[in-house]
Amino acid sequence: MGIVNITKTYDADFVKQVEKESGQDLSLCYQCGNCTAGCPYTFAYDIPVSRIMRMVQAGQKDTVLKCKSIWLCATCESCTTRCPNNIDVAHIMDVLRHMARREGYAPVPTVKKFWDSFLDSVENNGRVFEVGLLAAYVAKTGRFWTDLDLGPKVLPKGKMHFKPHEIQGKDEIKKIFKRFQEESRK
Amino acid sequence: MSDSLTYAYYPGCSGTGTSMEYDMSTRAVCEKLGIRLTDIPDWSCCGSTPAHTVDHSLSSALSARNLQLVEKMDLDTAVTPCPSCLTNLKSAEHRMKKDEMREKVNKLLDNPYNGGVSTKSVLQILVEDLGLKALKESTIKPLKGLKVAAYYGCIMNRPPEVMNFDDPEHPMAMDNILKAMGATVLPYPLKVECCGASFGIPRKDVVMRLSGKLLDVADDIGVDALVTACPLCQMNLDLRQTQINSATGAKHNIPIFYYTQLMGIALGMNEKEMGMDKLCVSPRKVLDAIGKEEKK
Ligand code: SF4
Ligand code: SF4
Repeated sequence: MGIVNITKTYDADFVKQVEKESGQDLSLCYQCGNCTAGCPYTFAYDIPVSRIMRMVQAGQKDTVLKCKSIWLCATCESCTTRCPNNIDVAHIMDVLRHMARREGYAPVPTVKKFWDSFLDSVENNGRVFEVGLLAAYVAKTGRFWTDLDLGPKVLPKGKMHFKPHEIQGKDEIKKIFKRFQEESRK
Repeated sequence: MSDSLTYAYYPGCSGTGTSMEYDMSTRAVCEKLGIRLTDIPDWSCCGSTPAHTVDHSLSSALSARNLQLVEKMDLDTAVTPCPSCLTNLKSAEHRMKKDEMREKVNKLLDNPYNGGVSTKSVLQILVEDLGLKALKESTIKPLKGLKVAAYYGCIMNRPPEVMNFDDPEHPMAMDNILKAMGATVLPYPLKVECCGASFGIPRKDVVMRLSGKLLDVADDIGVDALVTACPLCQMNLDLRQTQINSATGAKHNIPIFYYTQLMGIALGMNEKEMGMDKLCVSPRKVLDAIGKEEKK
């Protein structure tokens, strides 16, 4: 990674915003690296989690919101559990992806599309409809399902249903999503 | 057994699909042990990982709809077998203790949640409310000769402030249950490592690597089977084991049980009831070997 000229790109509002949304005190991070050492995803990250903490402290909004790492974090809670300063690091990762979403970034499109397909399924059925979710994901990504080899393993077990489970409160769930959209527009 | 062992039950979406054997065995085992599970009527999806990556009030609302249904049932404790559902329900419960968040979330709901429910895993009530002694005494067919390791996955016990159960780095609940029921439980150093979670579809390479490591270590320490408590972990390790073998050049053939399935066997119930036929890696050899040691 290149050298960051923080005097040029320091964004104080960004730092405040992350602190407000996460309820965490960013200045507590003294870069011990414990979170990165325990993070199982470091091999796939473009910026390790402790470095993200540093970048956030330094107000590097663009670099952070554009990175792939925040889309690959599985919320395994290893960083949060091991931080010696009790910073809820996983919560900060969550808040960063909320912000990235709002600003329209999606550097790992397959992950975003998978999550979106999942939520569409919940919004429409009240529960996740696995077969429908897969179909929607394939349609959204334009990728053929890469798990075709699993079909013969799963289908004879009678675990996959080809119709969604209808719940009575289906409309209540739709309304949760609708009200959420309205609230976020305010 | 006392009447106090009554809980509102949240099966979770995978319990009606890809982890149905977990749901089946959980219900059967609890019934056998005198634990009453009453389904939350018309429960809905907790939103899983995708919801909390979008927004915490949305995620909490999806969970709180279920907590509010529990309040209506006049029960104060909800239990679920799935750690992912547990995390969501518990986080909602936790977040909504703050007035500001409760108001924000309740605005999204038809019926408000007042904050009177606590959520636990089925694993937690087995160990804390029923107790190991009762499990030992109910064992009819001890799991003698079976060498297993317990794999908890990443979020069953973490973060400790929210989950409030067992040790976040070195949980023992499943180890203790399996031991009480006669199995040999080997120490498994990766018991809280992440399996790759829900990245199986969007980023298969990640799951191949992380779950592959879990299987490698299981083979290295010489287990007959791994025992899990999480639908995602079980699916990544069992359903994807052949994919992992082809991706990593390994030759694993390790049955991956839900701990409730083995409990059921120890309680004298049959394999069909435990959904043993739903597993991908055949557990045949392992199941046949249970108890054999003694006859020699
Ligand atoms: S573990 Fe905590 S203090 Fe250490 S680098 Fe990570 S966030 Fe900073
Ligand atoms: S929660 Fe995310 S950032 Fe933290 S250790 Fe796990 S994967 Fe890494």
